Amino acid sequence: MIKRLLLVSLSLASAAAVSSCADQRSHTQAVYMLVDTSGTYAQEVGKAQVIINYLLGTLQPGDSLAVARVKSRSFSEKDIIAKVTFDNQPSRANVQKRAFKDKIDAFVKSVGGSAYTDITGGLIQGAMFLNETGAGTKTILIFSDMQEELDKVTIREFPINLKDIRVVALNVVKLKTDNIDPRRYMGRLEAWQKRVVAAGASEWRIVNDIERLDAVLGRG
Amino acid sequence: MTSSQFWMIWPGNAVASALILFAIAMPFLYAARKVVHDLFRSIGHMIGGPLRLGARWLFATARDMQERNKAVLLAHGKEEVGQHIEREFERVGLLVTRDLEGYPALQRKVLDEITRVEEDYKKCGEVPPPPPDWVEAVAGIAKIKSEHSEMVKRILEEIKRSVDSIHTKALEEYRRAYQSRHKILNGFMPFWRSLDKTLGQVDKKLTGLQDTSARIDAQMEKYEQINKKTDKAEHALTVSAFTQFAISLLVLLIATGGALINFKLIALPMSEMVGAGDYLTGGLRTSEVAALVIIFVEATMGLFLMEALRITHLFPRIANLNEQMRRRVLWISLTLLVTLAGIEAALALMRDMLIADKQALLQSLASAQQAAPADPLLARIPTAGQMLLGFILPFALAFVAVPLESFIYSARTVGGAALVMVVRVLAFVLRVLGNFVRQLCRVLTILYDVTIVLPLLIERMVKAARGGGDVELGRRAAKS
Repeated sequence: MIKRLLLVSLSLASAAAVSSCADQRSHTQAVYMLVDTSGTYAQEVGKAQVIINYLLGTLQPGDSLAVARVKSRSFSEKDIIAKVTFDNQPSRANVQKRAFKDKIDAFVKSVGGSAYTDITGGLIQGAMFLNETGAGTKTILIFSDMQEELDKVTIREFPINLKDIRVVALNVVKLKTDNIDPRRYMGRLEAWQKRVVAAGASEWRIVNDIERLDAVLGRG
Repeated sequence: MTSSQFWMIWPGNAVASALILFAIAMPFLYAARKVVHDLFRSIGHMIGGPLRLGARWLFATARDMQERNKAVLLAHGKEEVGQHIEREFERVGLLVTRDLEGYPALQRKVLDEITRVEEDYKKCGEVPPPPPDWVEAVAGIAKIKSEHSEMVKRILEEIKRSVDSIHTKALEEYRRAYQSRHKILNGFMPFWRSLDKTLGQVDKKLTGLQDTSARIDAQMEKYEQINKKTDKAEHALTVSAFTQFAISLLVLLIATGGALINFKLIALPMSEMVGAGDYLTGGLRTSEVAALVIIFVEATMGLFLMEALRITHLFPRIANLNEQMRRRVLWISLTLLVTLAGIEAALALMRDMLIADKQALLQSLASAQQAAPADPLLARIPTAGQMLLGFILPFALAFVAVPLESFIYSARTVGGAALVMVVRVLAFVLRVLGNFVRQLCRVLTILYDVTIVLPLLIERMVKAARGGGDVELGRRAAKS
């Protein structure tokens, strides 16, 4: 604390001189969370709610948060369940957080499973949202088993752009087939890592223990 | 032959090769002896000279700095003691004015009381009238023999009765008179007490005056010592400055702790006013800077307030203001300080509300069972405490001006003394280095001679032989 105060004191003199050219870099965070609602994974939505609540408690005024569902085709604004950029005033931000929570609660009650899983579409949509926010730190959380299943009409076989975005896969549960042959699970994750890194993402992580999310989302 | 052995005249025998090379080199070394000696001497002068010069310059600078420090210290001490004496004289003046103003009344009171006591004393002196003269006549009659005369006997009895009654009356009269005198004497007591009290007051005031005079004497002696620029005065002032420095530093550290608490109290609610997402620099929120600015402004207002109250003297411009202007500055700073204290109290309240709101939100997000609400009175105590702290801390911070002034003035002396010490140490190091270089060159010269000791021995022998021949020739020449 003393160190911080000293830092503040020392910076104040220089800050006064350069007040006209204040720090233009954005220090805000933007988080886009994709929630897989396909097939049996829809049952995991309760865990997703816990993570969203955690995010609401962690994110600061000025930060942005959006939650979207992953279904048969996810590249659409309609799939965004709730999105918000918190106000700079903490009290107003708290009001916004409460409203956001209400929307998520309503979604959790009415969630239904979809036939296919379009993770790529959700990623593209998320990247667009995050780039629009202009936040300093951009994160896409994928709450899914990472098993993408597309119908025959949907086209997602093309390179995507995730530049300067970190991608975190959450709660990547093992499928029945993974239990038979774990190489499938490993291969699936490896393939996603390659794709995300090739898309220019700043980081790729897998977090199955929600408590470790703190380390991922912590500010520098 | 490897490259490292190219110099070996006797291949495979380094020692022999070295000895042969040394033997070859020796005549050349002998020939170059004077030049090498001059070279060593020059190097010694070249390096040692500037070092010694630098040391001398640093010593001189340290002396100058010490003189300057002494002058500043004595000037400051003179000013301080002068102010002290001035203040003591003001006190004496006030004491004298107050007591001399009241002295005529006091004197009158004492005189009145003395007059009253005198009058009462005189009254005490009034004795009842003596027995009438006929008492003597009665005494004469009493001598008449009445043994044989019934008439005389009766007359005498009559006289006795009359005298008895008169005696009783006179006795009563005396008793009454003494009673009244005792009463008068009893009435003396309050006057004596009042007189004693009044004289006690006079004594107390005179003792106070004496004490103040003694203090002035002590200060005057100090002033004279400073005026004479004695070492004793300088030492006393230096010690005093060091003590002041330590004390003021300690108080400033405590004040920093207070400022820290103050900062903590208002940093969060400031984000509600200036926004929590704005950053001035890398990790520095605008709200934190705003909170710190408020604390600095409070400290500045406190500084101006202390200046206007003439408690501190950091700004001569404020001290030189006329009385009316000074009062204006005083009221303006006090008003701003009170306003800022009010703002801080409000911010402290807002902080409490924000924290409570955040807690409520986190509880609802955790989906845990809602905790039972705390006792409202119990919840209000910390809020009230925070508000009170927010209101009081700016005023407490205002008093930082006093130790700050002491710190600034004493830091000049302490810093000056430390600088002189550093310069002296540096000068000493340079001097030691200079001497070391010169001595090293001398040692090298001797070592060089040691390496060419053989040619030198030969030279000495030759000189001795020549010298012997010359002496013999001289003797022969003298004989012839």
